[in-house]
Amino acid sequence: MAEERRQKHCSVVLPTESMKAMAESVGVGQLQEDSCVALSEEVSYRIKEIAQDALKFMHHGKRRKLTTSDIDNALKLKNVEPLYGFQSQEFIPFRFASGGGRELHFYEEKEVDLSDIINTPLPRVPLDVSLKAHWLSIEGMQPAIPENPPPATKEQQKVESTEPLKVVKPGQEEEGTIQGKGQGTTTPDGKGKEKGLIRLKPRSTHELSVEQQLYYKEITEACVGSCEAKRAEALQSIATDPGLYQMLPRFSTFISEGVSTFPTSCLLNHFFTSQKSPEHICVQSADLRLSSKVRVNVVQNNLALLIYLMRMVKALMDNPTLYLEKYLHELIPAVVTCIVSKQLCLRPDVDNHWALRDFAARLMAQSCKTFSTTTNNIQSRITKTFTKSWLDDKTQWTTRYGCIAGLAELGPDVIKTLIIPRLAIEGARIKAVMEGPVISNIDKIGAEHVQSLLLKHCASVIAKLRSPPDNVEQYRTEYGYLGPMLCSHVMKARTQAALQAQQVNRTTLTITQPRPTLSVSQSGLSGSSGPRTPSIIKVPSSLTLMSPRPGTPSQPSPPATKYIVMATSAGAASTQQVITLSSSQSASPVTSTVPSATSTLQPLVKLEPGSGPGLTASRPLQKYIVVSLPSSASSSLETKSSVLPTSISSSSLDGGMKLERSESPGASTQSPH
Amino acid sequence: DTSLAKQKTDIKTEPSTDGFGNNNANDGRVLSASPGSGSSTGSNKQTAAVTPEDQQTLLAVLQFLKKNKLIESVEILRREAGLPENSLDPKATESAGAGSGGAAAVAEDQPDVRVVLSAYSQQGDPTLYEVYYSDLKKFIETVLDCHRAELSQVFYPLFVHMYLELVYNNHESEAKAFFEKFSGDQECYYEEDLRVLSGLTKKEHMRGNETLLDFRTSKFVLRISRDSYQLLKRHLQERQNNQIWNIIQEHLYIDIFDGMPRSKSQIDAMSGSLAGEAKREANKTKVYYGLLKEPEIELPLDDEDEEAENEEGKPKKKKPKKDSMGSKSKKQDPNAPSQNRIPLPELKDSDKLDKIMYMKEATKRIRLGSDNLPSVCFYTFLNAYQGLTAVDFTDDSSLIAGGFADSTVRVWSVTPKKLRKVKSAADLNLIDKESDDVLERIMDEKTASESKIMYGHSGPVYGISFSPDRNYLLSSSEDGTVRLWSLLTFTCLVAYKGHNYPVWDTQFSPYGYYFVSGGHDRVARLWATDHYQPLRIFSGHLADITCTRFHPNSNYVATGSSDRTIRVWDVLSGNCVRIFTGHKGPIHSLAFSPNGKFLASGATDGRVLLWDIGHGLMMGELKGHTDTIYSLRFSRDGEILASGSMDNTVRLWDVMKAFDDLETDDFTAATGHIHLQDNSQELLLGTYTTKSTPVIHLHFTRRNLLLAAGAFNP
Repeated sequence: MAEERRQKHCSVVLPTESMKAMAESVGVGQLQEDSCVALSEEVSYRIKEIAQDALKFMHHGKRRKLTTSDIDNALKLKNVEPLYGFQSQEFIPFRFASGGGRELHFYEEKEVDLSDIINTPLPRVPLDVSLKAHWLSIEGMQPAIPENPPPATKEQQKVESTEPLKVVKPGQEEEGTIQGKGQGTTTPDGKGKEKGLIRLKPRSTHELSVEQQLYYKEITEACVGSCEAKRAEALQSIATDPGLYQMLPRFSTFISEGVSTFPTSCLLNHFFTSQKSPEHICVQSADLRLSSKVRVNVVQNNLALLIYLMRMVKALMDNPTLYLEKYLHELIPAVVTCIVSKQLCLRPDVDNHWALRDFAARLMAQSCKTFSTTTNNIQSRITKTFTKSWLDDKTQWTTRYGCIAGLAELGPDVIKTLIIPRLAIEGARIKAVMEGPVISNIDKIGAEHVQSLLLKHCASVIAKLRSPPDNVEQYRTEYGYLGPMLCSHVMKARTQAALQAQQVNRTTLTITQPRPTLSVSQSGLSGSSGPRTPSIIKVPSSLTLMSPRPGTPSQPSPPATKYIVMATSAGAASTQQVITLSSSQSASPVTSTVPSATSTLQPLVKLEPGSGPGLTASRPLQKYIVVSLPSSASSSLETKSSVLPTSISSSSLDGGMKLERSESPGASTQSPH
Repeated sequence: DTSLAKQKTDIKTEPSTDGFGNNNANDGRVLSASPGSGSSTGSNKQTAAVTPEDQQTLLAVLQFLKKNKLIESVEILRREAGLPENSLDPKATESAGAGSGGAAAVAEDQPDVRVVLSAYSQQGDPTLYEVYYSDLKKFIETVLDCHRAELSQVFYPLFVHMYLELVYNNHESEAKAFFEKFSGDQECYYEEDLRVLSGLTKKEHMRGNETLLDFRTSKFVLRISRDSYQLLKRHLQERQNNQIWNIIQEHLYIDIFDGMPRSKSQIDAMSGSLAGEAKREANKTKVYYGLLKEPEIELPLDDEDEEAENEEGKPKKKKPKKDSMGSKSKKQDPNAPSQNRIPLPELKDSDKLDKIMYMKEATKRIRLGSDNLPSVCFYTFLNAYQGLTAVDFTDDSSLIAGGFADSTVRVWSVTPKKLRKVKSAADLNLIDKESDDVLERIMDEKTASESKIMYGHSGPVYGISFSPDRNYLLSSSEDGTVRLWSLLTFTCLVAYKGHNYPVWDTQFSPYGYYFVSGGHDRVARLWATDHYQPLRIFSGHLADITCTRFHPNSNYVATGSSDRTIRVWDVLSGNCVRIFTGHKGPIHSLAFSPNGKFLASGATDGRVLLWDIGHGLMMGELKGHTDTIYSLRFSRDGEILASGSMDNTVRLWDVMKAFDDLETDDFTAATGHIHLQDNSQELLLGTYTTKSTPVIHLHFTRRNLLLAAGAFNP
């Protein structure tokens, strides 16, 4: 201890070389060694003095971080002219360089092109100071509202679930200390006695207050209800509220039961009303008309409900305050069901259950990433499950699709090792369906989807694996039936990669294919209600889910869409660019009657600056808002409704949706709490 | 009259300090580093040039002025002091130098820097210093346990003085070796000072170093029991250890008491300040801590109120009875100062109205206790990127003011009533002055808004305070001024100049009119709003004054400082009447209990200490915070203490219990040796964490709702 401290006190003196370098910089050539020593001692001492005074200013400024202004004020105290030009909220990035036996730290001053500065649009005016009041405590209890920190941190929840014996509930602890005050010494004795007894795992009670019960009811109803705005709000609440951990078991049961069985009849009402709203997914009405039973499960195919439940899972996973590990045994089966189930909806030929599978697959990948450990081995178990059923010849196309999607979402490595080797076999199977005698339309659609899925995921990986000259014949020999199509995809991926690399250089912003979120409208019937208004669905999501493969632009994205990306990272100037993501060539005719109202919507990606340059503290915030515009409005964007693929089977995917995403969770809200 | 004389000396010395700063950078630094020196002479001594020591000091100043060719200042000063013209001839100078050397040894005067330092010139063999010190160390380690803790107190001041002697006499390497060998033995709470010392390795550094000057000019005070002291004395005399004996004689003040030696924990509780503990006699002065009698105001009970109370089923007559009883008991309080001990402003009609409001609210006050905790409402300042540095609430909790690092002062209304300016002079002329609602009519409805910004300072605003009548706002800033703002026009009325250095804190008296400010120049000043010069200057702290608080009876002012002491000053005489030591870091918050008996203080060390003002005793220590405590507040009835800290928490403490539990008897009261229990955990009633918002201000509303404020810090 003493030694440690002594080291701290050990007076650090600037090296004499620094003195020399500084002397040279002001034009004093030959500085005597003695003078250097004397100077460095004096300078070190004065610097320490100034640092001490600067600390005073930091303390009075109620900060923990010393800023340049503190140093300036300390200099002013000593009647020294402050150093100008070092205004920075953040650290000053000193750069290091060495060479010629010298090591230098210097302050990098970049040359800036004035015209760049002039031409960039002005950053938004920072928000003015404002006051916000909230209850930090009500008669001694801290309410669980977003403004307050979560009542139980993730660590506490973890301890609670892994070592229930150690846990004392926060409330009990409080009482304990209050009671313990009078007795003073008796409490430790009591604990000692307890040790002697056999420890039983205490029955954990999950009591919900009336407010919580109400909240639970509201949230669950909104999540599966008909009002999209309400649902968005509810999901937002699930994703951000800090006080949900007590309700977590209920939510997970709700989801898992919802996937396997449809829980209550009351929900039916929502569904019946839903057919009136054009925004709503309409297939359900069809479902419900057919099934007069109260219990509806996966086999009875309420696609919309499943989608909603998956979005709930996503919201739960996005909530940073929840310790989900305890409930994975309920959530993962539900998610996997949605990926691989043979049938998810009543009319698999028309309904877009593929999107649900895609979404669930991404959820699965996300949970693998976050929760997989060496002990629970989630990722390998999941991979095994998928592979096993994929390898089975009898597997239906739907399940096949799900397995491949699930595997593909796990990342390029998995694609490389598990999917690409089987491309040839899979190709043959697809060929059999496509070119053979027509057995069933459903099979054909399934095969088409599997094909486009394989092309989409494999092209980017192959583009990286193989070196450029792409020979169609080579591809054919290697990948069989899918070879030629793969080849063209790979080539497209390459050109796009090159294109994007340029754009990346310019903007330092990588855009991966914007993922369609599951606000999927089942096209069929919505067309009748005229042009749709873009439904507003906010899915705040962390980047991990949205782009597990950052910067690989080679995936052929289903619809060719044009995105206007306005990027503003904190402190930097805004830029604007247009990225065209070309459509996949695997366009195959769609059997359904897809009205184009939805697909002519033009997504527009807009990036909102966090909250003014330099002012957002440590991390740069990026916020993307994807807004769909009706095609009429998009006329100002020079291109392409011609490219717009009404023809692509899954085109309805990208229909009216609003996707909001942020690099850091929570960035989507301006309010800090 | 005395206060006038004081002011004169003050004006006299201030400009000369400025002069040095401008004309002569080198020497200016030396003087400007101790700006308090001039003013302290003025305030401590009643009139200039009476005692011989004072004359010597003056001569030294004159000599300095002459050397720097400030002829005019020399002339003025000489005339003011009434010194003969030839007082500056070489002979006189010599005697002056010698005289002030003597003065340094005698009193806390701060004469010429070089003379002070020269006291170190007597020297022994530098190589023997280590031997002396380790010899003493060995001795103290072998004495009886009961004496060891007491004698160990000697280590730190001895260590510092010996080190400084070595440095002063240019034994740099020996000094370094000495430091490295023994610095690890010192108590951990001296770490900050040791760091300063470690940087100081050259004689030249010693000039102009404030910490060092403080250490040198003020004797380090130790409290040691007679037995222990005898033991030490005998040992040193036996060993003929003159070096150490000299230091003890010259630089330390040993306050010997009769009775049991103190334990280690008792000593640790009281030590930690820059200059040792307070002398016992420093805390002997009687302090009138009682409250002033409230003026009798008839409380008109309007019907609405009565009805409401009848509904609640309360007996109707109880309230007025209570009030009259309250005022009666105050009348008899022997500890209260006489009503006109210091002149207070007369109550205006609006003040009376406010008093009535206050009493009404007070009847609805929630009685707090350990089983009835207050609710906390947190006001978060969002988007305060420029840095929120100070916050204040009005007593009736209707307004919030914030001081910011970008020099602005902002006021918010937290009630639906918006902030309005007074109409322009031309418009005011048109108003019917006889009308009943003239006060309403003078306001300009067009200017109504929820917040107002006031510009005027040229540096971060570190202190802010509302006047009790809510008409004025004070702010103190890095630019050295205290500004008075009108909350009717939202403009600056006065800039009080005098500190010249950053003013860390300011506060209005609870009766208005007076206010106190304290800053980097180590003096606190008492001002009246209608005087542009201070009425009193409180000098004595050895480092920056970081916070200032008025006693509820307005007769006393408490100041907390970076020298880790708290001083209580008498507004009437300007004397320091209490010195409290025990904090281990700069003090950043103070709070008087509503009954005026107790003081709570919070510091960077994260501890809250409780003090009994009447007896000058430490009453308790509240540990729990992990960072600087920026705010302390007693509930309206004094049952609960709330503390807010940089560690993003608000904590509530059961102070009644703390005061009740303390075992005091006559002996402890007489010697001030409190045996503190370590019961912080039992006293802690609640901890409420914010998300990422340091708590920099707390306020109990009249109904005992706790308001807290801070800026969100993402």
